[in-house]
Amino acid sequence: MIPFLALVRKDLKLFSNDRKAVVVGLLVPIVLASFFGYLFGGQSGNAEMSKIPVLVIDQDGSDISRGLITRLTGEKNLDVKPSTLDAARQAVRKGKATVAIVIPKDFGRDAGHAFFTAASKPELGVLYDPSHSLEFGMVKGILSGAVMQSVSKEMFAGKSGREMVNESLAQVENNSQLPAQDRKALRDLLGGVKELNEERDRAGAAGQGELPGGLTMPYETREEAITSGQDVEYNGYAHSFGGMGVQFILFMGLDVGIALLMLRQSGLWQRLRAAPLSRTTLLGSRAVSASLIAGFILLVLFGFARIVFGVHIRGSFAGFLGVCAAFSLMTAAFGLMVAALGETVEATRGYSIMATLIMVMLGGAWVPTFIFPMWLQKLTVIIPTRWAMDGLDGMTWRGLGFSSALAPIAVLLLFTLLFGVVAVMRFRWRTEA
Amino acid sequence: MTVVHSSSMLEVNGLTRTYGKLIAITGVSFRADCGETIGLLGPNGAGKTTTVSIIAGLLSPDSGEVLIEGKQVKSDTDPVKLKIGLVPQDMALYDQLTARENLTFFAALYSLAGAKAKQPIAEALNLVGLSDRAGEKVGTFSGGMKRRLNLAAALLHDPQILLLDEPTVGVDPQSRNAIFENLETLKKRGKTLIYTTHYMEEAERLCDRIVIIDHGKVVADDTLEGLHKLLPVTNVIAIELDLADGFKPEEMLALSEVKSAKLQQSTLRVGVHDLSRGAPGILRWLADNGHSYHQVSSEQPDLETVFLTLTGKSLRDS
Repeated sequence: MIPFLALVRKDLKLFSNDRKAVVVGLLVPIVLASFFGYLFGGQSGNAEMSKIPVLVIDQDGSDISRGLITRLTGEKNLDVKPSTLDAARQAVRKGKATVAIVIPKDFGRDAGHAFFTAASKPELGVLYDPSHSLEFGMVKGILSGAVMQSVSKEMFAGKSGREMVNESLAQVENNSQLPAQDRKALRDLLGGVKELNEERDRAGAAGQGELPGGLTMPYETREEAITSGQDVEYNGYAHSFGGMGVQFILFMGLDVGIALLMLRQSGLWQRLRAAPLSRTTLLGSRAVSASLIAGFILLVLFGFARIVFGVHIRGSFAGFLGVCAAFSLMTAAFGLMVAALGETVEATRGYSIMATLIMVMLGGAWVPTFIFPMWLQKLTVIIPTRWAMDGLDGMTWRGLGFSSALAPIAVLLLFTLLFGVVAVMRFRWRTEA
Repeated sequence: MTVVHSSSMLEVNGLTRTYGKLIAITGVSFRADCGETIGLLGPNGAGKTTTVSIIAGLLSPDSGEVLIEGKQVKSDTDPVKLKIGLVPQDMALYDQLTARENLTFFAALYSLAGAKAKQPIAEALNLVGLSDRAGEKVGTFSGGMKRRLNLAAALLHDPQILLLDEPTVGVDPQSRNAIFENLETLKKRGKTLIYTTHYMEEAERLCDRIVIIDHGKVVADDTLEGLHKLLPVTNVIAIELDLADGFKPEEMLALSEVKSAKLQQSTLRVGVHDLSRGAPGILRWLADNGHSYHQVSSEQPDLETVFLTLTGKSLRDS
């Protein structure tokens, strides 16, 4: 036991003596996690989102187009500014605007006609930046709602709408080709709208104020963020500190592997192998020291997140410790596997950094996995970091119980076993003379 | 069947090791008695480190065996390994730790901790003259100091056999002398030293017996005196000629006592078996043939000459 403890103590001492390792292991993830946490919602979970820059070119100048612009301007997620067609095209090309909406001449009139009849629909020009496809989708949704509301309001209550109703009624009466049944239906509909408008006029004259007009959204939404409990706001730092912790601990595991690879080529390895030490002692002590360092990094990160950003372990604390311990062990085994499979330090560093970055990315440590294609989301269940992230999220901001930590812990321990077996089987024990 | 010598501390029998098609060593055998210092002499790549690695248990031989006091090392944790102390060719120290922390760690590898480790560490530091630098980080040490500490780290568990793989590589003459003094002290304490080197003067100064290895084979195994007997000449007479122009050394080979004759600038070197019988005849021949000289001295051939004789090439050029 004395040699085993000495080996572990030596590794911990070398880590603590190496200021660069401590800085990389603690300070850098704290800075990055703070930054990412701020980007992804911050402490209150409702930090103000950046508005999408939208330009509007109004070539129509009708009540409908003005109403449409007013509605778009009122949207909290959009930053709407008027522009000209050329200026808007340039702005989108340069990335200064995400979307430019061109309201063509006679849009109001044509949209009104198309609202009640089969007349051809006018086209709204939409110029967009293809690198912002998600935002473009959002703007399209908002635009549809705004157009429907603006056109319907004008049609049901506006001056041009009334003119258009009268005009349409006349067209219906004069259209001999229209089937009698359809004519009756359209006459009833348009007559009803006319009557409604006259009713509004009378109400206005009687001093009852203007009645609301047009189509409106037939529902309201009541939004509630599902976190660890009612009135507990989402804390974006919980995820970002978990993500950055996972990333930098994996890098630490990588360093352990590379260091072991370098050790094998040094006189130190010969001295260790010349001593009466078992292979279990040599590799096991390295795994334990790496796990302790990994656990220490995670605890410091979450300690910092708690003090500075109010990140709490809302779920099971035992589950949190279990996930941290299982991930730390998995990282240590990963490092040993790197050392076992590596040929040269340079080549090993290259491919293992790539493997680590892929694991970090697919595990959702950088960005949430929901933005991945569905097949990729399904694939990420074979990535250990995904389970670590799920476990940490579950035990922190989701506030889940210990039972929810069991699956991540079990999977991470399975990966530990897998990596450990590969490491032991492939490790080259004999030194080269 | 292995014959175990009664006082044999180390027996190396017929070691062979290959790396793919490369034969690193083949049929290497020698033995070392208690308190004996054996020099493994050979050029770089001759197979010295492979031999030492197999003795230390770092490598398995393809065939052959190593016996420590008649016992083979059977596993990683075999107590027989406690009898061996290895001083690797590469520096085996942690630069980030102090000298004392390094030794404390290496002592713990042999289950020496606390009070049990204190005395061996103090003695080892004292032996290599680093007691006053014990609290300093090894990274601040000179190459020579590191070499001495590298030696100290192998002594903590008081091994009977010390395997020293080129322990003076890259050190200044002063540190080399200090290491030599340390090794001579250990020799006096009865340790068995296996010392690999390609410096002949080191082997000559330190070793009781010298095993010359070339291309993975033992080409000689004897005491220094015994190796000298293998030479065609046992002495060299060096004569400084007044005028070397036109002198033809090969003409001297006609003399029965002369075994070799070489002219380097104005220095004539003549090899003889018997100095007292050969010298008068040579000097007379020079006088008779009109070659005057102003200085005569005798030299004993060194291991370089032995190596040259045995392998046909210079040790350092191999």
